[in-house]
Amino acid sequence: MLLVPCPNCGPRNSADLRYGGESHARPDPATAAPLQWRGYLYLRDNPAGWLRETWYCRSGCRRWFTLERNTATNEFRDPPQPGDKRGTKA
Amino acid sequence: MRGIARGMRRRPAKYSAAALAWRGLKGDSWPRVWRDTELKRSYDAVVIGGGVHGLATAYYLARNHGMTNVAVLDKAYLGSGASGRNTAIVRANYLTPEGVAFYDRSLQLYNSMALDLNINVMFSERGHLTLAHSDAALRTMHWRAEVNKLQGVNSSVIGPDEISEIAPSLDTSDHPRYPILGALYHPPGGIVRHDAVVWGYARAADHMGVEMHQKTEVLDILCEGGDGPNGKGAGGRVTGVRTNRGDISTPIVINCTAGWAGLISAMAGVRLPITTHPLQAAVTEPVKVFLPTVVVSGSLHVYISQTDRGELVFGAAVDAVATYSIRGSLEFTEELAGHVLELMPSVSRMRLLRQWSGLCDMTPDYSPVMGFTPVDGFLVDVGWGTYGFKAAPVSGEQIAEAAATGRTPELIAPFALSRFETGELVGEKGAAAVGH
Repeated sequence: MLLVPCPNCGPRNSADLRYGGESHARPDPATAAPLQWRGYLYLRDNPAGWLRETWYCRSGCRRWFTLERNTATNEFRDPPQPGDKRGTKA
Repeated sequence: MRGIARGMRRRPAKYSAAALAWRGLKGDSWPRVWRDTELKRSYDAVVIGGGVHGLATAYYLARNHGMTNVAVLDKAYLGSGASGRNTAIVRANYLTPEGVAFYDRSLQLYNSMALDLNINVMFSERGHLTLAHSDAALRTMHWRAEVNKLQGVNSSVIGPDEISEIAPSLDTSDHPRYPILGALYHPPGGIVRHDAVVWGYARAADHMGVEMHQKTEVLDILCEGGDGPNGKGAGGRVTGVRTNRGDISTPIVINCTAGWAGLISAMAGVRLPITTHPLQAAVTEPVKVFLPTVVVSGSLHVYISQTDRGELVFGAAVDAVATYSIRGSLEFTEELAGHVLELMPSVSRMRLLRQWSGLCDMTPDYSPVMGFTPVDGFLVDVGWGTYGFKAAPVSGEQIAEAAATGRTPELIAPFALSRFETGELVGEKGAAAVGH
């Protein structure tokens, strides 16, 4: 079991959330070439270490947020606290 | 031993009933299956990853292309990764024509493997049932059966009565939450002893002069001329590998790892469309043989087979969260038990013996990434997700051909890394990880 620190609901079982995967900046639609889009869609860093990733608290606050997790040990680093708007979006 | 004429370095100790009796009478011990040699400073090709894929690649490089100055490097021991953790199922009843042709060739190679490698791989061609629990799933099964038939692969859709005849322990009544409406029956499918495949390839490759180096971890891939730092990246070429036992120079490096494929490729400056997820499996205590086929349910994310020892082996879908940690979870066991009992209520008193997990490299289209990369001399045989074991022989054969000839064989052309640049994804919905 993975305990995910939701900024609004506190620690929740990962089964209560949806895993969104690696978080990367979306290319600018006005200027991005097809190759950039495909890189954004498919290519992953997939590190064995610290990773910025997105989660969706589907059975709690129903918000997407970003967390940092170590993929080798499953520790979370410096999770946002309740009321902290950092890394969240509606 | 058939097909080992070219490049043979020493006489193998042949496995046979007569040899067993003779050695038993004389009290002779069997020789070591493969040699322990010094790591040389230079090889014609280096294969990273000593699992079934890496060893099959080395075997076919030597057997089909006469390349025997080859080293297989593994950071642990041979077969320590996914090769020794999978649920040992082989089948060819996939959905896409590319997938069916490919896995059918693999099944043929598994069929003749015991003779080719002179080792008992315990291939049990017991048939394979993919259950359908909804009309939509049944439609997909018909689709798969027709694609299979067109490719000459034996598959057909059968109803609950026939399922009951083949596997009476399955609950084919309309009582369960997800009743069994039908199944895709694939008689050529079965199970193979995965460790014997690893040892068989290692032994045969060793006889031809290929070197296996265990506890040899690749720390970096040396490149020149690329557009990235240290000459890595697109447009460059491979010059060697750096290991914990020193540097090796080589013009060809083949990445045959699972789990660590992305990390190894990054050493050459190649990004892959791969995320690493653990897949958990479990095995019960042994009981008398009652399950004659392999049973798979895509909707319930479970596949079941009974080993010759009588244990039930269960596999599931990959864990949703990408991680390199292979810790098991209680949720997995609970979910698995619930799903198995829904299919076979009669096994409710059986106890689980153990559970384990292995790492799967998942790609967006549930198909592997095989062949050349933008770095000259760096080939990949990765992204094997949940279907790597059944594809090992054909992957080894085809990747060896690509490495030796410098051309992409037709059978693996659809799986090129460049498909993610052109958008021509394969979309293999027949993979075990996909729910229907």
